[in-house]
Amino acid sequence: MIVAVVRELWQSLRDALEALGGYAFFAARLFAGVPRALLRPGLVIEQVHNAGALSLVIIMLSGLFVGMVLGLQGFDLLERFGSEESLGTAVAFGLLKELGPVVTALLFAGRAGTALASELGLMRATDQIAAMEMMAVDPVRRVVLPRFLGGVIAMPLLAAIFSLIGLYGAQLVGVQLMGVDTGQYWSQMKAAVEIGDVMEGVIKSGVFGVACSLIAVYEGFHSAPTAEGVGRATTRTVVISSVVVLLLDYMLTAVMR
Amino acid sequence: MAQEPVVRVQGVHYAVGRRAIFDGLDLEVARGRVTAVMGPSGTGKTTLLRLVSGQLLADRGRVETFGENVGRLKRDGIYALRRRMGMLFQNGALLTDLSVYENVAFPLREHTRLPERLLRHVVLTKLQAVGLRGAARLMPAELSGGMARRVALARAIVMDPELLIYDEPFVGLDPISMGVVLRLIRSLNDTLGLTSIVVSHDVREITAVADYCYLLSGGNVVASGKPEELAGSDSEEVRQFMHGLPDGPVPFHYPAPAYDEQLRGARR
Repeated sequence: MIVAVVRELWQSLRDALEALGGYAFFAARLFAGVPRALLRPGLVIEQVHNAGALSLVIIMLSGLFVGMVLGLQGFDLLERFGSEESLGTAVAFGLLKELGPVVTALLFAGRAGTALASELGLMRATDQIAAMEMMAVDPVRRVVLPRFLGGVIAMPLLAAIFSLIGLYGAQLVGVQLMGVDTGQYWSQMKAAVEIGDVMEGVIKSGVFGVACSLIAVYEGFHSAPTAEGVGRATTRTVVISSVVVLLLDYMLTAVMR
Repeated sequence: MAQEPVVRVQGVHYAVGRRAIFDGLDLEVARGRVTAVMGPSGTGKTTLLRLVSGQLLADRGRVETFGENVGRLKRDGIYALRRRMGMLFQNGALLTDLSVYENVAFPLREHTRLPERLLRHVVLTKLQAVGLRGAARLMPAELSGGMARRVALARAIVMDPELLIYDEPFVGLDPISMGVVLRLIRSLNDTLGLTSIVVSHDVREITAVADYCYLLSGGNVVASGKPEELAGSDSEEVRQFMHGLPDGPVPFHYPAPAYDEQLRGARR
């Protein structure tokens, strides 16, 4: 019994290490290919459109609602201390440093990450990847890298849009519904938020962009060439991305505080 | 002096896990001919193509393509080798986000810097050769199975390869499309001066176009020769395959326990 449990744990550990090694090797291959990939900007721009522009609606809607909830909750809390004018500051810190990058990354994993993984998985299952190999075209350079870069570039832009719309949503509730003074809302925010706070969000969303895009392209590219394999790759993309984003968020917050 | 063969396979052993696919396989593909590789499902016909094109490496033995030892080549060498060959996949393997025109243009755009006018000329010429110049603007999803395979064929010949490899080119095709593909295999081979390897288990179709046939079974070549020689063979194994007999050296029944014993429920 105990031997079986130990053996299973050992196997799990080996599998995890093997996967980690696979990720590291694949990431190194991608980073090494970045300069050449940038020589064909058309391919990258197309993927920025696919990962970014096509995720805009969900990002904007979510940003608006998250901002509105923050406005409402923030107002209730601050009102107890008679400092509801600080609503703008509170919302800005929450959105720019934390919720903007994190929620955008989670939404990105669900929308663009799954699309990337399933697209690459289907290309594998329908021999398109093998066909490229046979045409002496490196599929990592031609297909994977532009998609990876598209995600990396799109994520900070999406996070910025999420945060901006969120600030507007909070203003909509705090100022228009709850009666906080417009001038106070914006001026306190402007006085309190520093460039370092904005950069914290930018750095986070950049790191999340690399992580989520890497996970999506790795899982999709290495999926088993079957319907089940593509499905598993898509699920793994969402699950791994979500856990990794939350883990990285804690680590980055601890480092940058 | 006889010409060097385009492909030479010598004493190749290849296994997947514990299952041996090839057990000392030997064969040669002569230049300028259509060579058929036949055999029941699961005999490693596709694996052979992958060994020849460097997608897989033999466990033992030697695979030479264009005189190069494939097992010794690095990635660049393998890619250089593949630029001299074209491959038609079972389902066509067209890139689904590109139109027919762009699919055929794909290898040219990746490997050459041809001016757009010249590139268009080459692409339309190849599409004309497979009879699909009029379908240039269609997307792969709008094509029938036979059309998709012809587009893939145009793409496979767009870089003017010396060797063309067909992996089960007749699977799932209606009789008309099958006839078209058959005619193309022969005419492209002869007009473009190619060497072709066709892997198939459609005996009647493939023997109609092949110059030379190999019959694989049990990890090795069980017979080889001109199609008419194989058709007239006395070997039971060859006769069973060539005439599609349900029982013979390859048994109809998968190994199982005694029938009555199993029915009485003694064993599952």
